[in-house]
Amino acid sequence: MPLIEARDLRRDFVVHRRRGRLRRERDVVTAVSDVSFTVEPGEMVGYIGPNGAGKSTTIKMLTGILVPTSGHLRVAGVDPSRRRTDLARRMGVVFGQRTGLWWDLPLRDSFDLLARINDLPAARYAENLERFTSLLDLTALLDTPVRQLSLGQRMRGDITAALLHDPDVLYLDEPTIGLDVVSKARLRSFLRELNRERGTTLVLTTHDLGDIEALCDRVMVVDHGSLAFDGRLNDLRAHAGATRTLVVDLAEPGPAVEVEGAQVVRVEGPRQWLSFPADASAAPLVAALAARYPVADLSLQEPDIEQVISRLYSTARPG
Amino acid sequence: MPGLRLHLAVAVRSFRRWSTYRAATLSGIFTNSVFGVINAFVLLAVWRANPGAGGYDATDAVTYVWLGQSMIMTIMLWGGGAPSDLAERIRTGDVALDLYRPVGLLSWYLAADAGRAVFHLLTRGVAPTVVGALLFDLRYPDGPLTVLAFALSVALALLVSFAVRMLVAVAGFWVLDSQGLTMTANLLAIFFSGITLPLVLFPGWLGEVAMVLPWASYLQVPADVWLGQRTGGALVGGLALQVGWAVLLLGATALVLRAAERKVVVQGG
Repeated sequence: MPLIEARDLRRDFVVHRRRGRLRRERDVVTAVSDVSFTVEPGEMVGYIGPNGAGKSTTIKMLTGILVPTSGHLRVAGVDPSRRRTDLARRMGVVFGQRTGLWWDLPLRDSFDLLARINDLPAARYAENLERFTSLLDLTALLDTPVRQLSLGQRMRGDITAALLHDPDVLYLDEPTIGLDVVSKARLRSFLRELNRERGTTLVLTTHDLGDIEALCDRVMVVDHGSLAFDGRLNDLRAHAGATRTLVVDLAEPGPAVEVEGAQVVRVEGPRQWLSFPADASAAPLVAALAARYPVADLSLQEPDIEQVISRLYSTARPG
Repeated sequence: MPGLRLHLAVAVRSFRRWSTYRAATLSGIFTNSVFGVINAFVLLAVWRANPGAGGYDATDAVTYVWLGQSMIMTIMLWGGGAPSDLAERIRTGDVALDLYRPVGLLSWYLAADAGRAVFHLLTRGVAPTVVGALLFDLRYPDGPLTVLAFALSVALALLVSFAVRMLVAVAGFWVLDSQGLTMTANLLAIFFSGITLPLVLFPGWLGEVAMVLPWASYLQVPADVWLGQRTGGALVGGLALQVGWAVLLLGATALVLRAAERKVVVQGG
């Protein structure tokens, strides 16, 4: 049974616009429009899209703090907005820019309170606390008030807080926002390990495509409230019409090579750049080249994911 | 009640949190003591000119001043306390995370505010009273029953004040900037609680009205219990007034919180 099941999920917002002194006009804005997808237990799904595309709105509906305007939504078999507090025991939520920790209390106190809120057995709590704080390098900070923590430390605190009660699914909204390279890498490896060891399902929204490449087998791209893509990261490259580049060093400078399935896009002395579709294999191309030309060296450039995504946004945009 | 231990834990942590502000507590005690001395001399002058005003004698008046100083922080006469934390979380949007918790906001913040109030009672309540007792001739409760009634009255005062502060904080779900509202609420509390001038001195109809408003529960009623101004039927009446306001305002706060939650969840605002 899928953990998350969304069918024709839609969310409208009513906005009032001021027209003249007293008149107000009522406008309906659709933030999420007829989105359908399922997430299986243990998946790691990246949910990406430009600002205002409907990512947060979707996450809010999945976690039950926003009621869908229409459509069918089940998380762990229940309707999230109706059974929010039941679901709360099975999910963890982390918003990169918000904190669920108590500002003036030592980190440990926030964890203690959360363990009590979730009726966590003492042994389980001790075990989880020990495990997560050592993995996330927080042990030395347990007695520091939250207000004295750096952004990265606080973020790790919030992630620990979201995981103490062994949730089946963890929602992360921009978890690496504002973190430095080292903190990002540490957080990513932690999340990978969590997924591998405990089978925790991850749903992650981000603007940092490095998060997606490091963590997610599956990507959903949302734009203007609709799903523009749902599939594997590699397929996304092909889907967006992305190309890979084969860089060939010939024994000596010459005219542009001619080979089926690829196009020379640039020539610089003995070095030539050949562009070919991202979903095609490079092997026959290399074989054909080597058979016909004196090839000294080869290298392959994967399409830059940022480029792929921005291409996808612009093609999905109407007009 | 399964949540009782959780709420006790919340209260204990809130107590501990406030106890970390040591310098603020010490300077607060100093300020309360200084203002206690000044106000005591002001009221002594009033009662010298007009002995027996409002049914108090000069000793009652001075005692009232020191009780007032000890209540300022205990029941957060001027606003603040745990509801301010909620107001801040509403303003920043962090409150969204609170909605995921399987615990009601009202009882959570009440527990936090109660923990805070106990801390403030023990420090900024007791210390200025001791200063007042050393410097002035004060009136003390005439028996253990009066002490008990006073304790009950202070607890009820906290409930009423908590409910008013919560209502103002929760208004932040609708009003983008609740500062104006907070300021108005605080001004009303300063005037109608009797911290600036005992309500017994308010003239005619203003006095009668002020005596039944929610703010009378903050200071005037507990002070009158301490001073022995309220005994028998008047004591029951005073406590009943506090219970009435506490029930009414906490009920209103619960309803407004539910409406706020609905607004966030259904309207998405």
